[in-house]
Amino acid sequence: MNIALPDFSLVCLIGASGSGKSSFASEHFKPTEIVSSDACRARVTDDATVLDANEDTFDLLQYIASVRLKRRMMTVIDATSVQRADRAHLVKLARRYHALPVAIVLDLDPSLCEDRNAMRTDRSVKPRVAQRHSQSLRKSLRGLQKEGFRQVHVLRSINEIDSVSISREPLWTDQRHEHGPFDIIGDVHGCYDELTELLRSLGYVFDSEYEDSESLISARHSQGRQAFFVGDLTDRGPRNRDCLRLVMGMCASGTARAVVGNHDYKLLQYLRGKKVNLTHGLDGTVAELNKCSDQFRQLVSSFIYDTRSHQWLDEGNLVIAHAGLKDSMHGRGSGEVRNFAMYGETTGAVDEFGLPVRLEWARDYRGKASVVFGHTPVPDAQWLNNTICIDTGCVFGGKLTALRWPEKELVDVQAHQEYVAPAKPISSVRGFSAQQDHDLLLYFDDFIAKQRIDCRLGRPVTIPEENALAALESMSRFGIDPRWLIYLPPTMAACPTAPSGAYLEHPEQALEHYRSRGIKQLVAEEKHMGSRALLVVTRGADVAKRRFGTDDGKAGVVYTRTGKAYFNDEALEAQLINRVSVAIEASGLWQELKTDWVLLDAELMPWSAKALDMINAQYLSTAIAAVNSADMILKALNHDTLPDELITLKDKARHQMKNAEGLKKVVEGYCWPVNSVEDYRIAPFHILAAEEQVFVDKPHSWHMRHLERLAEQDTVLTTTGWREVDPNSVSDCESLIDWWTEHTSTGGEGLVLKPMAFTVRGNKGLIQPAMKVRGKEYLRIIYGPDYDLAENIDRLRERGLGKKFSMAEREYVLGLEGLHRFVERRPLADIHACALGVLALESEPVDPRL
Amino acid sequence: MQLEITLTAAASDPYVASDLGYLLHKNPARVFTRAVASGTATVFYSENTAARCTATLYVDVDPIALVRGKNKQTTGLLDQYVNTRPYVANSILSVAINKSFAQSMAGKSKDRQALADLQLPFEAFLGPVACQGDEEFVLSLFEPLGYTCSVTSLGDDADSNLYSIKISATIRLSELLNQIYVLIPVLDNSKHWWVDQDEVENLLNKGAHWLAQHPMREVITRRALKHRRELADVLLERLSVLDDDKGSDEARNSNAAAISEPVISETSGVAPVRLHDQRLDRVAHLLKEHSVSRVLDLGCGEGKLISRLLKTPQFTKIMGVDPSLRSLRRARERFYLEDGGEALNERLQFQLGSLTYADRRLRGFDAATLVEVIEHIDTNRLVALERSLFGDARPGLIIVTTPNADYNALFQALSAGEFRHEDHRFEWSRDEFKTWCQKIEQEYGYRVAIEPLGPVDEHHGAPSQLASFTIDTTEVQTA
Repeated sequence: MNIALPDFSLVCLIGASGSGKSSFASEHFKPTEIVSSDACRARVTDDATVLDANEDTFDLLQYIASVRLKRRMMTVIDATSVQRADRAHLVKLARRYHALPVAIVLDLDPSLCEDRNAMRTDRSVKPRVAQRHSQSLRKSLRGLQKEGFRQVHVLRSINEIDSVSISREPLWTDQRHEHGPFDIIGDVHGCYDELTELLRSLGYVFDSEYEDSESLISARHSQGRQAFFVGDLTDRGPRNRDCLRLVMGMCASGTARAVVGNHDYKLLQYLRGKKVNLTHGLDGTVAELNKCSDQFRQLVSSFIYDTRSHQWLDEGNLVIAHAGLKDSMHGRGSGEVRNFAMYGETTGAVDEFGLPVRLEWARDYRGKASVVFGHTPVPDAQWLNNTICIDTGCVFGGKLTALRWPEKELVDVQAHQEYVAPAKPISSVRGFSAQQDHDLLLYFDDFIAKQRIDCRLGRPVTIPEENALAALESMSRFGIDPRWLIYLPPTMAACPTAPSGAYLEHPEQALEHYRSRGIKQLVAEEKHMGSRALLVVTRGADVAKRRFGTDDGKAGVVYTRTGKAYFNDEALEAQLINRVSVAIEASGLWQELKTDWVLLDAELMPWSAKALDMINAQYLSTAIAAVNSADMILKALNHDTLPDELITLKDKARHQMKNAEGLKKVVEGYCWPVNSVEDYRIAPFHILAAEEQVFVDKPHSWHMRHLERLAEQDTVLTTTGWREVDPNSVSDCESLIDWWTEHTSTGGEGLVLKPMAFTVRGNKGLIQPAMKVRGKEYLRIIYGPDYDLAENIDRLRERGLGKKFSMAEREYVLGLEGLHRFVERRPLADIHACALGVLALESEPVDPRL
Repeated sequence: MQLEITLTAAASDPYVASDLGYLLHKNPARVFTRAVASGTATVFYSENTAARCTATLYVDVDPIALVRGKNKQTTGLLDQYVNTRPYVANSILSVAINKSFAQSMAGKSKDRQALADLQLPFEAFLGPVACQGDEEFVLSLFEPLGYTCSVTSLGDDADSNLYSIKISATIRLSELLNQIYVLIPVLDNSKHWWVDQDEVENLLNKGAHWLAQHPMREVITRRALKHRRELADVLLERLSVLDDDKGSDEARNSNAAAISEPVISETSGVAPVRLHDQRLDRVAHLLKEHSVSRVLDLGCGEGKLISRLLKTPQFTKIMGVDPSLRSLRRARERFYLEDGGEALNERLQFQLGSLTYADRRLRGFDAATLVEVIEHIDTNRLVALERSLFGDARPGLIIVTTPNADYNALFQALSAGEFRHEDHRFEWSRDEFKTWCQKIEQEYGYRVAIEPLGPVDEHHGAPSQLASFTIDTTEVQTA
């Protein structure tokens, strides 16, 4: 005998003490699948024979079982479960997690059990216990189905028990091995003409000849695509029978699939003789079917009966259900799942039109699978949190919509007429898309737990909870509107440290870093010294509203690397955005990039525009204090004859004086007064994204050349010096070092080296996307005025870059993941999680000087 | 940084200036060096005659050690290499004084004890000093102790707080050294992380007798005992440093709780009940009046309103929400939640949250309060608060208080257009507030009642204004 178990079930082994449940369990199930009451009892009492701990024992048992079921793991309960009340708890548990409750009963002669119990060495079981168990069991046997067990298997002899085999089968709804491609079609409701038109436009070809008005109609797609109906094939429309003929025909020939809708189910009830109200269009369908043969009606009845409430498809990436389905129900089975899939989640209340008030499950949906559904007519099919309703009210005069999977393209045909008037107007919301309307609010509780974010450019990134909380605090107090905040930039690593000599950082180490990783083409770019700024620039506030869902009247924003507004003065921000927007227009980049918005990654100068307080409080005051300190000691040592110790001290003070003056000079070089927009300089160095594109697959030369053209348009924009470098060419390297030396000795911060190809993967993961090599004078700002004194510089060479490299890599993949998601029009919460993640990683302690 | 001690002597005096060497236990002919915390102290004499003798204590700080610590096992106590710490007089110099002149500070002299017990004409020069305060402040520290004091500004511009300080008095050397030792960190007013904690607390022992009479003793004590800040601040600071505007964030953090309304008790002319207390009492009263039981305090801070609500059994569930982890930690400590037991923890909860995000955990409450909270939100983010609170959480009663900008005219300290608090993103006049309240009524189905809060001025109204929004149950609910 074989027992075919659904692979997601809660199996209850039922039998008297001594009936061999534990041996049975260990023979047929993995040890981790078995939750045994004896083991739980031992856990809570240290002694498997203590019987006064029943309640705690079963609490623990149910807890373990519920965690497994929540994770969709097969679970086997090894407890006597001969009492109805005990089993009721288990059935309830299975239902709660939508697992199929299965009973396997070991119904042996009680005397056999008694004999076994007598021989037990692990614990003593009182005589007659098995007798008692057996009696309760026998009383229950007949009612097990009624108690809710979907399968009941009774094994009545040792022989039967020994010979049974157990196989596992996927649930009917589990069609993860089916990958389509599918053309998922919304609620048809008897609109046969529109359906055939839609199928034809999707590329389906119809078999031409039909013998009579009842024969099934078939259509197939030349490339083997499958149509997939979300249910509600009939009612309200003009040609219900023909819709059934076509859908049943296609399903029978394997060119279509379907899930059951509430109207289909009601028709089934009718056909099976149940008393149902002939309302909401069922009357029309029934009238048509009454003219058909019994045989046809029987065919319809069994077709609907065999149609599942939902299907879990394409490796778990797609769920199709008539009214949608919550994440916690995907690929599971219970009456509740079936009801949800057909009717959605309701409170029982009705609205002013007499329609059920639906809970908006899709608003809270955060699942990985895309959920495609129909049921509630909407004006347009729109994605919302990875779900999409494709019932566009054809029968109400709207349109019939198909979603192509996996392409996610929408195809629709207009209704030929309004067959019935809708009970309430089908309306859209506030001029936003459904997703944008939803994204007016982000939910704090979506971001507070430890997160693990999958990134297309690298390994998944984990955000620890405490960092996430710090990021949320910062974001909520200082951050700009999250709808604008589509990206936060990664930190950039410093180059490996020069091992000796007068330099702490030198191009040779950066060249060697990339050379040794086999990178043959680098770009070197000037590093401007200002503040990092991200510029979202659109062609106008209307574009911003349409694409970003913003309603603040802005055409763009300038924000810092931690997501704060760069400008406190919104008028100034608007002027700057406008200047850049006009420059993009004039340079023809809108057309060329086929977009009406861009995200620019830039350095915004002067440094003092944003950082004046800090420059005064930290950098200039240090320089001045150091100058004065040196000056004072030099005055105290102003004698012609000094002992040797004091001569040393005096020499050092002279150096300190010079270094302090050097620091002051470097800092002052990055400061100038800003009185109007004219005084700012923007040096963009990446065109990060535009409509439909993230440009991290374009070489840096592409970015530089486009940005040079942009800079020609307006003085507020400035270019960045750059050149290509082959790290294996001696002359390239020498001239790069000359350039760096010259640039940094005239006040330049330094150079940035990057792989020309932008994103490059090596054997051990991502190649550092950028590396800075800062100048000897500039580094006084970082390591203090006296960093290059002989006694200091060698100690400073010890700096661990590993963590910085890892952080730069994680932030890079995370930031760009968010940007890709934005371009793909994913829910804002998915985009925001990445931006918050970058900010959270930034709160990790890492040497801030690298 | 350095300290110069000068002793002068007239020909008629029973001592010569070069006796300073005996008083300091340092032979003027030699140079003394010793290691001190994160640096090297050198004592030498730059002048040595019978009339005038000057000993200089110079501390050359190792700037790397300040950041990295003295060895690989320790980490340093500073974030930034570019810092005034190595160059200005701070607690490192105090430590160096103590290490170099311990005997003298104790009033002992091996060879000239009689002289050590005498009050002698001393001068001291200290510099550079990065003083948290103006010249007046420097004078107010030294003059009450009997010094003649002159302060020279060193910076390029007048605002710079970098000085050198010269003091002189006829005083015992031990007194002079002890007072300088204590007052250096007070002038500097930075965290002396690089000094052993015990040592910081010793500061006060050194000054015990003269400090008690000092008119500035409160400031001196407070500044001398600055302690380490908490991790959360360090994290936030790290974030703000990246943005180049550390200065303003720090100001925001440090002032976040202190709403400065200094004039109110004076103008009211009655026993000064602080306005903030009035506000909280009124809000608590309204909550009682509305017979609500489950209350959200949004922007709860450290729980001042909650401590009023907790005593009333009517409130069966109180949740405090704040965006600051530090405030929440303090609030939990304030109510002893850690050891408070199940019943208290069930009734009173705190959680991190933000008003510009919605939050499912905030649904299902009877009432929410926002006491002086909305003005901390950027005006263009206010709409997110409206949607999350009035649209999503939708408690039956929402009480909002906010400053009345009309009343600002009565604050002498405020110039026109200036806000009462650095972190305020806006302050509304009575009309502006009313307009906002009416917009809420219309868009979200609430009814509002507005009232003044605090003593009412005939022309400018009350310092604060309060709106109670009650959910309008006559509207059709469309879930």
